[in-house]
Amino acid sequence: MTRLRRTALAMLGVALLPSRAEAHLATTGLGPVYDGINHLLLSPDDLVPVIAMALLAGLNGAAAGRRVLFVLPVAWWLGGMAGFAHGAEVLPGPVTTVSFLVLGALTALDRRLPERAVIALAALVGLLHGWLNGAGIAAAGREALALVGIGTAIFVVVALGAALVVSLRRSWQRIAVRVAGSWVAAIGLLLLGWALRPGS
Amino acid sequence: MIALLHVQEGAAAGFLTGLQHPVSGADHVLAMIAVGLWGAQLGQPAIWLLPVTFPMVMAFGGFLGLIGIPLPGVEVGIALSAIALGTMVAGEARPSLAVAAALVALFAVFHGHAHGTELPEGQSGVLYSVGFVVATGCLHAVGIAIGLVHRWPLGARAIRAAGVAIAAAGAWFLWRAVG
Repeated sequence: MTRLRRTALAMLGVALLPSRAEAHLATTGLGPVYDGINHLLLSPDDLVPVIAMALLAGLNGAAAGRRVLFVLPVAWWLGGMAGFAHGAEVLPGPVTTVSFLVLGALTALDRRLPERAVIALAALVGLLHGWLNGAGIAAAGREALALVGIGTAIFVVVALGAALVVSLRRSWQRIAVRVAGSWVAAIGLLLLGWALRPGS
Repeated sequence: MIALLHVQEGAAAGFLTGLQHPVSGADHVLAMIAVGLWGAQLGQPAIWLLPVTFPMVMAFGGFLGLIGIPLPGVEVGIALSAIALGTMVAGEARPSLAVAAALVALFAVFHGHAHGTELPEGQSGVLYSVGFVVATGCLHAVGIAIGLVHRWPLGARAIRAAGVAIAAAGAWFLWRAVG
């Protein structure tokens, strides 16, 4: 095995080391549903991939947007319930940087994807982030009902984001969406660096 | 019932630090504005492609810096970026899109690496990264906005003069880096 491959494997291993699933579930005092809504809106780790997914779905047309509108929150909720039931500590936190990188890069490239691919992406992102949320909620001893709030907030964000992008007609507006995608990918790269940083 | 709002400690500080970092050094600021100016001179599609390229490749440089991969001559590379990009703007150079993107990408690695090695400890990584990328993008937007005066003859000359000033500043940065 070459030195480069050994280094790459070691880096991957560090990235995938189990870490605590952080739910960042703030207590609003209004109940677990509102805590979940609050969580999504205050957690860029989850909010940015949701926005990126909405942008990508919108770039792929109204039909893809409609599918993602339902697939993403449902997958998130299913993943969340699985993570909540399992308990935690299986999936590493840094794995969510993959969402930033993939969704950001695909949005920046603005290549028309098959509708099934967009739906599969939404399902994977939902299951991954949902699992981490559910596991974090369970580890914090909070109620799983927060997942309903998270799913509701995702539905609203995707509805607004995808509809906005679908409605864009001018070329510069579409390019602005691509620029936003490149920013998401750049954030993902930096996050990966943070996760792999020596001593982190 | 007491509302226990567990605010993420250090989150706001992380975002603001990230936002501040790209604008904290004149060498970075001038190079990024030069990218926007050059994009505006080149017109479509470079006006968008260059500012898309720079943050992504800069983030890659930041990634290298964060994980501790050394890059020799970072300060020299940053100074050269101001000279090269300023010269391109001053001369209103029109290379092919691939060459322009490659040039911008090459220098973006140096800028990103410098930022990556200077990232402070104990900050919220995600919010720092968001602030950092947003600030970088906004600097490009400033360059593009200034570059919009390119449509008028006087504006075009003013942009070229700005390119000369950026290149001159780059020469001074280079003098400082090797001195």
